[in-house]
Amino acid sequence: MKSAVIVFPGSNCDRDAHDAIERVTGEKPAMVWHQESDLPEGTEFVMIPGGFSYGDYLRCGAMASRSAILPAVVAHAATGAPVLGVCNGFQILTESGLLPGALMRNAGLTFVCEKAPLKIDNGNTRFTSRYGSTSELIIPIAHHDGNYFADAETLDRIEGEGQVVFRYGNNPNGSQRDIAGVMNEQGNVLGMMPHPERAVDEKHGGTDGLALFESLLGSA
Amino acid sequence: MKAKIHVYLKPGVLDPQGAAVAGALHNMGYEEVTAARQGKLIELDLTGDDADAAKARVDEMCQKLLSNPVIESYSIEIA
Repeated sequence: MKSAVIVFPGSNCDRDAHDAIERVTGEKPAMVWHQESDLPEGTEFVMIPGGFSYGDYLRCGAMASRSAILPAVVAHAATGAPVLGVCNGFQILTESGLLPGALMRNAGLTFVCEKAPLKIDNGNTRFTSRYGSTSELIIPIAHHDGNYFADAETLDRIEGEGQVVFRYGNNPNGSQRDIAGVMNEQGNVLGMMPHPERAVDEKHGGTDGLALFESLLGSA
Repeated sequence: MKAKIHVYLKPGVLDPQGAAVAGALHNMGYEEVTAARQGKLIELDLTGDDADAAKARVDEMCQKLLSNPVIESYSIEIA
């Protein structure tokens, strides 16, 4: 599967994303600069990595979601192709309107950087199918603005539609209903604050992120 | 012309930074403070002299970039 990683000024997980994708597919993803207006031809999977795009100015992800490459990502998502946004990538996906809700300052006001226990809330998605009977994971988190907010009506709706994919076992940031990752209604766009690309090698301290990429990219 | 835009969190959206500010003011002895909400002030310099037209354009800017309608409201002042 051909993949692309979008790179913004201030992205800092783009190389981890690149390495995780290469490990699972054996193919290097294209690294696409935010000023491009098209994805490389044949791109199937798009990943928006973590970081602090545009210095988090105005709101996290606000500037990046209005950058030149985003209309191509939105159009790509509309075809049903898979798109994954991690951390700042999740913020960019909510700011662009591809995902419901918003990410606010952590309730405790501090940056949190730890291994987070997660529960898979929906194991029947193209992002989680390879987890099998596993329902609890440890995936690293590192963020200051991961406090997921949506109004009660939206929360009820996304829960009812199975769009909540991951929840925190031990809510680190005040997120409504412990939500750590949500997907769109069509099930092809996922945003999550935890970093699966930082858990794909024993040297990372764990490999619980690997099955997410395998689910997506179809490797053994 | 200038536009002043106040962006603030909608009622009902928890504001942890505002709560911390209120807590700090309490610690300093300002016990009359019952709540604090923190927002943003954005000032724009604009060309043109039609205030109504300017306000309509700034309103569009607020909807497209300057505020996030999921969590924020805004008000516009043209001077």
